[in-house]
Amino acid sequence: MVKGIEKYGIPVVHMATVVPISKTIGANRIIPGVGIPYPLGDPTQGEEDSKKIRKKMVRRALKALQVPVTEQTVFEKD
Amino acid sequence: MAKYKIVHYLNQFFGGIGGEDKAGVQPEVREEKIGPGIAILQALGEDYEIAATVICGDNYFGENLDAATDTIIEMVKKYEPDVFVAGPAFNAGRYGVACGTICKAVEERLGIPVLTGMYEENPGADMFKKDVITVRTGNSAATLRKSLPYIVNLIKKMAAKEEILGPSTEGYLERGIRVNYFAEKRGAARGMDMLIKKMKGEPFETDLPMPKFDRVSPAEAITDMKHAKIAVVTSGGVVPQGNPDHIESSNATKYGVYSIEGMDSMLPEKFTTIHGGYDRQFVMKNPNLVVPLDVLREMEKDGEFGELVNYFCTTTGTGTATSSAAGFGDSIGQRFVDEHVDGVILVST
Repeated sequence: MVKGIEKYGIPVVHMATVVPISKTIGANRIIPGVGIPYPLGDPTQGEEDSKKIRKKMVRRALKALQVPVTEQTVFEKD
Repeated sequence: MAKYKIVHYLNQFFGGIGGEDKAGVQPEVREEKIGPGIAILQALGEDYEIAATVICGDNYFGENLDAATDTIIEMVKKYEPDVFVAGPAFNAGRYGVACGTICKAVEERLGIPVLTGMYEENPGADMFKKDVITVRTGNSAATLRKSLPYIVNLIKKMAAKEEILGPSTEGYLERGIRVNYFAEKRGAARGMDMLIKKMKGEPFETDLPMPKFDRVSPAEAITDMKHAKIAVVTSGGVVPQGNPDHIESSNATKYGVYSIEGMDSMLPEKFTTIHGGYDRQFVMKNPNLVVPLDVLREMEKDGEFGELVNYFCTTTGTGTATSSAAGFGDSIGQRFVDEHVDGVILVST
């Protein structure tokens, strides 16, 4: 799906927990997810903190979309 | 005992009618073994006979796919064969497509086991190897001798209705099918054996070869985020309650497009997940974990980006064929081009 969309020239940031799969399928901008059943947030830390984590990650995703890349890049840090 | 009956399909060249100049000939039946059929029958032994050979020109077949198929089906039906064999086509493209087409039709319409042979880069191989047992051959007829034992063995198994084993054992092209079987060693032991072989630099065979994936170059970065239109896509199976489009929980054949207009958060009363590949309890309680609408709305209001597309696209990523996923991506991409989307957040579980 990532490639199917990106081939139209629209940048896609893939937020996925299993980064090796994301790399294998060919995502170019990757943000590692928190966990498979909760990629964006961590409900085990309570709703409030979970949402904070989510916001930070989505902000990082928007940042990743603004970074020119020439190869597959994993954006680990804010 | 009555002999097992085979009907064999050949093109004009292998059927001895002629070369390209005869590629337009219409299907005809000869009640004898011809060309490669002679070698195949000889290897099969006395219990088998080629009841008939159907010959058709490659161009005639290619240009009249439906009519040629119908005609040939009628010809084959008359002989009630135990096995239908086409080719091998080696690396002859039109011949390969003809062999694949006719084999698939014979199997589907007459319920007769079918077999063909091709060089793996024959375009007919890509088109039909998933549907039809296609013995791996070299790229020319000179290689028949090498593939003949596999062809003969498979014909015998098909005639006797014996189980056909995996592609590497039986010498046919991989169909991408997983079959359950009882292995002598358990998975952990097989894995260790492979690891030891790998460390020794010895060849080993994986239980599950990974499909090959191609690449797309990175799209240009967004330069004006303040005015950018952002869309959300997910393979996490998040759908409206009741799953109105019946998206499958595994091996999805479609994706859904659902409105988030006027919503500030993905409420669990409205959305759930039908994904069959992860523990859903967290996302069912809070679908924002996969479709981060709550934070995106806040960021949209705060002007961190231009606007959020008022729907999200969703499917189930587990067990879904890469070809299906590529199709969804293509369709969604086209939609986003029309929508003037500047960037996409795609969340996978």
